[in-house]
Amino acid sequence: MKFTKIMVLTIVIGLLLCTVAQAGKDLDGVRKKGFIQAGVNGGVFGFGMPDEKGVWRGLDVDTARAVAAAIFGDATKVKFTPLTAQQRFTALQSGEIDILTRNATRTLSRETQLGLNFVTVNYYDGQGFMVLKKLGVKSAKELDGATVCVLPGTTTEQNAADYFRNQKMKWKPVVIESTTELSKAFFAGRCDVLTSDASQLAGIRAVAPNPDDYTILPEIISKEPLAPAVRHGDDKFMDIVNFSVLAMINAEELGITSKNVDQMLKSKNPIVQRFLGVSPGNGKALGLDEKWAYNIIKQVGNYGEVFERNIGVNTSLGLKRGLNALWTDGGLMYSPPFK
Amino acid sequence: MTELAAVRREQLKPPVVDIGVIGWLHKNLFNTWYNSILTVCMVVVLGLLLPPLFKWAFVDSVWYSSAEACHDIDGACWSVIPHNIRFIIFGFFPEGQEWRPALAMFLLLALVVYSRKRSRWQSSLGCLWAVSLTVMGVLMYGGIFGMPVVETSQWSGLPLTLMLSFFGMVAAYPLGIMLAIGRRSRLPAIKSLCIVYIEMIRGVPLISLLFMSSIMFPLFLPEGISINKVLRAQVAIILFTAAYIAEVVRGGLQAMPRGQYEAAESLGLTYNQTLRLIILPQALKIVIPPTVGILLSAFKDTSLVVIIALYDVLKTTKVTLSNPKWTGCSTEAYIFLALLYFVFCYAMSSYSRRLEKELDTSY
Amino acid sequence: MKSKNPPASAGSQASAIPFWRDAGKRAFIFQLAALFTVGGLGYYLFSNTQANLARQSIATGFDFLNKEASFEIAESLIGYSAADTYARALLVGVLNTLKVAFIGIILTTILGTVIGVSRLSSNWLVSRLSALFIEVMQNIPVLLQLFFWYAIFYEAFPAPQQALNPIKGVFLCNRGLIFAIPEAHNAHTVMGWILIAVLVGGWFLNRWARRRQEAIGESFPVLRVTLFMALLLPLLAWVAYGTPTAMNMPELRGFNFSGGLSVSPEFSALLLGLVLYTSAFVAEIVRAGIQSIGRGQIEAAMALGLRPGQILQLVILPQSLRVIIPPLTSQMLNLTKNSSLAVAIGYTDFVAVTNTTINQTGQAIEGVAMIMAVYLLFSLSTSVFMNWYNKRMALVER
Repeated sequence: MKFTKIMVLTIVIGLLLCTVAQAGKDLDGVRKKGFIQAGVNGGVFGFGMPDEKGVWRGLDVDTARAVAAAIFGDATKVKFTPLTAQQRFTALQSGEIDILTRNATRTLSRETQLGLNFVTVNYYDGQGFMVLKKLGVKSAKELDGATVCVLPGTTTEQNAADYFRNQKMKWKPVVIESTTELSKAFFAGRCDVLTSDASQLAGIRAVAPNPDDYTILPEIISKEPLAPAVRHGDDKFMDIVNFSVLAMINAEELGITSKNVDQMLKSKNPIVQRFLGVSPGNGKALGLDEKWAYNIIKQVGNYGEVFERNIGVNTSLGLKRGLNALWTDGGLMYSPPFK
Repeated sequence: MTELAAVRREQLKPPVVDIGVIGWLHKNLFNTWYNSILTVCMVVVLGLLLPPLFKWAFVDSVWYSSAEACHDIDGACWSVIPHNIRFIIFGFFPEGQEWRPALAMFLLLALVVYSRKRSRWQSSLGCLWAVSLTVMGVLMYGGIFGMPVVETSQWSGLPLTLMLSFFGMVAAYPLGIMLAIGRRSRLPAIKSLCIVYIEMIRGVPLISLLFMSSIMFPLFLPEGISINKVLRAQVAIILFTAAYIAEVVRGGLQAMPRGQYEAAESLGLTYNQTLRLIILPQALKIVIPPTVGILLSAFKDTSLVVIIALYDVLKTTKVTLSNPKWTGCSTEAYIFLALLYFVFCYAMSSYSRRLEKELDTSY
Repeated sequence: MKSKNPPASAGSQASAIPFWRDAGKRAFIFQLAALFTVGGLGYYLFSNTQANLARQSIATGFDFLNKEASFEIAESLIGYSAADTYARALLVGVLNTLKVAFIGIILTTILGTVIGVSRLSSNWLVSRLSALFIEVMQNIPVLLQLFFWYAIFYEAFPAPQQALNPIKGVFLCNRGLIFAIPEAHNAHTVMGWILIAVLVGGWFLNRWARRRQEAIGESFPVLRVTLFMALLLPLLAWVAYGTPTAMNMPELRGFNFSGGLSVSPEFSALLLGLVLYTSAFVAEIVRAGIQSIGRGQIEAAMALGLRPGQILQLVILPQSLRVIIPPLTSQMLNLTKNSSLAVAIGYTDFVAVTNTTINQTGQAIEGVAMIMAVYLLFSLSTSVFMNWYNKRMALVER
């Protein structure tokens, strides 16, 4: 019996030793922990996916890094949790993650019923369709009777249902939970059409066995403003996340990049001085170090850099800025004044 | 004379259809007319199936080629396994540190193999287990002796599968016994609590418990406290398995004749002593086969954590396969994984058969 | 149970014995403590949840059931479109679960019995192959098997444009198995009704035959007569309607086949995986059931001059079924519960639909509660059936 007792004791102690994370109010909790826990996609190239060495890469990933740089002055103080579409909101609601940067669309019901706060949009997207070139389909209106691969429980799924209903076309959905599995089924020919946000389609096509075999149809059937989200209840934390995103946009507007940010510190422009914390005020207002914006730009880069690095024309996704260009270039990216 | 002896020897030999290969064939394959038909049909079917299968798996197959070379062959592309074995087995564990989970797994398996002899079940073995489990924990987590810390979220692949199933089995067993005793208790409140628990858990699929642990449980906890995702899944597996073990153990308890209790009572043993010294040793022995069945299910069921996005060995395999380079090699990778599971399960069930024989005191 | 009650003397000496030595009182306090602990824990979790939901203003309640689901479901036994409510979508899910469970249970019983009997065959090859099947299927996780079959379905089969066409009217491609079915005709309805009537008649015939056998000792070939009638009468009806042979042929139109009946790869993979996995367990149960009959019984029956068929029907089956049915039911229940793994390969069973619902409404607690309730309902109704069955068996046993 002694043997059993020792075994039981070992197990109990072992279970107790496993971490029970303790946190307070979101911001205090994050500060106490010393890192941010960010929920990311894990399966979309260019937005959130580990590379061959297991290092996380992507636009959403870099957004989370920017928040870490703002709070801790160190962009590496962030840990990533890959989440399925289904787990993402509960994980945020329950406090398992502090911030959700997982190409989530901002909608009314999510802000209200799910109890989430979305901050500034970091990617303006719209839903599209991708088909095999061989099929000779030129427009989404020719998709009557098609089998369509779609992620379950997403706005995409509802949009597709709405679209086909509106066009009085028949269709058959194939729903598989993860983006990678879904795209695999599509490449294997399980379905004729893959529908998702246009940016994701580009990302999926980029990793296809033969990217040239697939074409993305011209129709964009929905608006998908993708934004980071935090829980209701801690406005200070939300401000920080919000302005971390805005800081990247503002830096691009001001022409500050990770390369020239050190020279810019010597700039005589009062707007730049205020932005980079040379003339203090902004940091104190947010409850951060005055160098917070400098840290973001230095360690992560401005929005344009992040965009080009992860999904821009020189990457395998090859996306143009489009709606995501600065407002001065005809896009929607617009930052309020930092004063 | 010699001729006669030869004839006699001839006569002494059994008929040729009763001995040797022919005899065996006759006795085992062609003893009746329908068995003969069955045999012929089976041989034809096997003859049609096996050669192409063999050709696919061994003749036309490639073992170490690149992914591109796989597209041009008709046979199996086993290359998917050697190329991705690191990720399949160790998952996100940092590169260069693989020796740590490998050593921990080796330690665990070696200990399990060492503990298989009943003569070694002494308190020193318990201490050995305690020490080794600590060593394994240190190996996995690191933080001392210059080993970098590896967060639990990076524990994945085979170590995660083994960890979930090992602790699932070891913790569920005593819990299940307690529940079974509770269900047989004469205290109505305890009894009904245990019944409700056991029947509730047995009535729902494991996946709903895993959902609960993954998307619902965090809402149960007070603000700001969160429990590790892996640990939550582990607890769900333990709670689930315990209910099944409780049912099996109850069967054993019910099989104990009343006289055993009465004899123990007349010896002046307390309730606890009766259970510990008289009832449980016998009851647990007779339920070894179904218990092992449950434990095997628990081991196989750890693969369900795939659905809540934990990276066990099945999930890491799937991640590998979702790399477009290796699309089309699913069959090969899944066969490899099936073999892996098969070896573990088969070893466990053979051990249980031996243990059963060893403990058999009936005559 | 009574014999284990605490000594009755406890009450009379209550004043002399401190309460912690009094078995009755101790038991009472112990139970009270247990109830309080469980209740307290429950209340603690409940209040935490309430606080969390309120703090984050997450919607609660089942109001969402009446809202428009606005997602499409690929396979449905009843009419459904994205414009229907969540309640109807969930119903579609329940029916899909029942569909796979029902077909799976029938196929598993057949395959499991065949393999269980083969395992006992005197034919070496047959019994070895069955043993191999059982070992392999039992020792590989069912989820892995599902993935395996699903991958085979969509990786190994061609696109609909190059579909395999083994015989006329049957197509096999990565959209599933599509085959021709007879064009709807009045004759089919009539034939169906006649079949049901014959089966009901067979049941009455069986009762009559048994009573007759008890009275005068002669047996009547009920099974053969019923089967013969079940084939003949619908056939006659079919001829009477002028032998309608029009078939609803599947043909490739646009992206997919239209017409005929199609079985999706998701459904096929799920069914195949569940049936193969579970039938290995059923085979072991059947084997144990048959082996539980003593050799002497069979020899005694042979000595009485019963034919092998009669031995099976009158001696072996009634006894071994009593051993087989209880574990068999629990395997069937396992199959039903395992069908929830459908969510991993994209078959829209109840769990998959609830999953999507949770994701759209964010009401995880209600969703998981519904999953649990539905499966509990399945297993409770099964145990009600089992109790009824056991009682009936006990009566026969006398």
